[in-house]
Amino acid sequence: MTAPTGHTHTRKPEPLEFDKPRVSIAKPEYRFDMQGEMPEPERVERAMKSFVKDFGRTAAIYMESCIHCGMCAEACHFYEVTKDPKYTPIWKLEPFKQAYKREYGPFAVIYRALNLKQKVTVQQLQEWQELIYDSCTVCGRCSLMCPMGIDIASLVSQARHGMFNAGLIPHELWSVTERARLEGSPLGATPKVFKDRLEWLADDHEVDIPLDKANADVLCAMSSIEIMKYPDSVVATARIMNHLGVDWTFRLDGYEATNFGLLSGNSAAQKLLTMKIIDAAVACGAKTVILPECGHAYTALRWMGANMYGQPLPFRVMHIAEYLAEQVHEGRLRLKQVKKSVTFHDPCQVVRRGGAIEAPRDVLKALGVELREMYPTKGTNWCCGGGGGVIANHRADDIRYKTFRIKMEQIEKTGAEMPVTTCANCRQTFDDGQAHFKWDTEMHSLLELVADNLVEEET
Amino acid sequence: MTLLEFARGPGLQWAVTIFIVGVLWRLLGVFLLRGKRDLSEPRQPAAWKGLRLIALRSWPRREFLEGTAFGEVMGYTFHVGFLVSLFFFAPHVLFFADVARGLIGTDLRGLIGVGWPTLPNGIITLLAAVSVAALLAVLVHRLVNPVKRLISNFDDYFSWFVTVAPLVTGLAAFSHLSGWPYERLLAYHLLAVELLLVWFPFGKLMHAFTIFAARGATGMIFERKGASL
Repeated sequence: MTAPTGHTHTRKPEPLEFDKPRVSIAKPEYRFDMQGEMPEPERVERAMKSFVKDFGRTAAIYMESCIHCGMCAEACHFYEVTKDPKYTPIWKLEPFKQAYKREYGPFAVIYRALNLKQKVTVQQLQEWQELIYDSCTVCGRCSLMCPMGIDIASLVSQARHGMFNAGLIPHELWSVTERARLEGSPLGATPKVFKDRLEWLADDHEVDIPLDKANADVLCAMSSIEIMKYPDSVVATARIMNHLGVDWTFRLDGYEATNFGLLSGNSAAQKLLTMKIIDAAVACGAKTVILPECGHAYTALRWMGANMYGQPLPFRVMHIAEYLAEQVHEGRLRLKQVKKSVTFHDPCQVVRRGGAIEAPRDVLKALGVELREMYPTKGTNWCCGGGGGVIANHRADDIRYKTFRIKMEQIEKTGAEMPVTTCANCRQTFDDGQAHFKWDTEMHSLLELVADNLVEEET
Repeated sequence: MTLLEFARGPGLQWAVTIFIVGVLWRLLGVFLLRGKRDLSEPRQPAAWKGLRLIALRSWPRREFLEGTAFGEVMGYTFHVGFLVSLFFFAPHVLFFADVARGLIGTDLRGLIGVGWPTLPNGIITLLAAVSVAALLAVLVHRLVNPVKRLISNFDDYFSWFVTVAPLVTGLAAFSHLSGWPYERLLAYHLLAVELLLVWFPFGKLMHAFTIFAARGATGMIFERKGASL
């Protein structure tokens, strides 16, 4: 096996496992958490060069601003459940802060001349792999806590670029990113599989699912978790779009919104995967791209897509919950009343960091549910513990399950009959946690709830 | 040259020079880096909205208060005590007016007809003493709190020292600490201030400037997305 970029790959990504509560690679106990053959100094240099490659003014300001108050620890679910200080969010960046001061900051010359900051070692980076990948979901709760206003989560993402280029990422993230790069989907939802699934779902559920239309107003994308584990979400999408009478399509050249390039720190793969959807949307002249119930897919295209494209996107990008809320507001989506109490789990990338805070709640209101908010909720809601690629990383299972207890407690306190979310990755984390703890509460999809309660027009 | 003459003369000049050059160097070293243009379609305009986060982040959200109240209260206490002592103690105001007259030939009263206000010495003494107490509390907290102890480095402890030293030496000079000549106490106080000025650009005291830039930058990014502030 060789380095992740610029090298020939000699090992294929691992086979996938579909029979477990979460979709993942098979036999995760065989680990290769260091990728590629290269001298240790080169690894460090690659990590640091890559870390600063995109180092703009904002990141440098952040690096100069930390006062080591430690308050960010109070916001982190991994610290909350362990009280281990190593999970303090800003500490997760320590080698990168060290390298910044020594190599790139305004006083780097002094730091180097007097050796005030030691050179970062590969052993340090290996040690920090757990902190950057296993115990950070990039949920950004710490970024809301920092009194200096440092967006710590964005720095963790930047550190992941460095770790990827040093060949120092958790094995599963490397493997699924490679699979996405080579096959078009991290979890086996290749174009052929997707096409077969659409045909099967269309037959089974008696629903029209347009595919590869040359022109369409709306391009829909799905996440691989939905395609492989929650195919009802694909059906729900089709039902709703057909119900709205929208000119829409799926396209085999751009259907997979999951972006493990973003999660792993592989910028090249991130761009490749993002560009597939952009190119497909441009090809069919879509005015709107609707992203699935997937948090990081939203970040990848809605907030980073144009920057990957190099110009403003020639179409709107909406999370499915935003689209549904828009349809509700415009009176096009009429829904049956669901006589249940519901609590809403806020997916971090959609709500806290994505800004779609009220849209899912507006849809729930239209469904007539009794919404019982968790505490804390909305922007400060706790993460499910599986975001940022953590659910895919088996090594992180123990600590992830610990953080999941927070969610169980939050939801149980509401006494709501039905928890709902709008992220398939959160949903998978909940399903896995439910199975692990033999919890009797099942997470539901907002999208599927809407599809199940469409008011059909009288003919 | 006596110690006091040094502290009032070349010591102060060098300290101020290092402070100004160092602060400018560090700020320019960051601000002259390229800023990345965000091409995503904003959810809402954010041109001046960074200001909102600058204000909001001055006090933690209700959800975070429980775990951070000690740090917030102590932090505000010593910051307020330090700044009020610095800017409203009558001898300091006279000193600044003297410096202004030396630099620009006039002081605030000469410019706008009104002098800089001062507070009674008793209040300043009390505030400075409370500030020292709060600084001792945050030092103890840094030493005993596992999170703070882990993430602390030389900068944290030295910055603490250069912050508390002017307060302690100032209190000592003002109270004419028995057995010590006033001139020597005053010289120590001035040297403590100069140490603070010299260290300021190199350590975390720079947050006095960068806090607004960091909050403002995050505020602009988050407002643009409509994300939680």
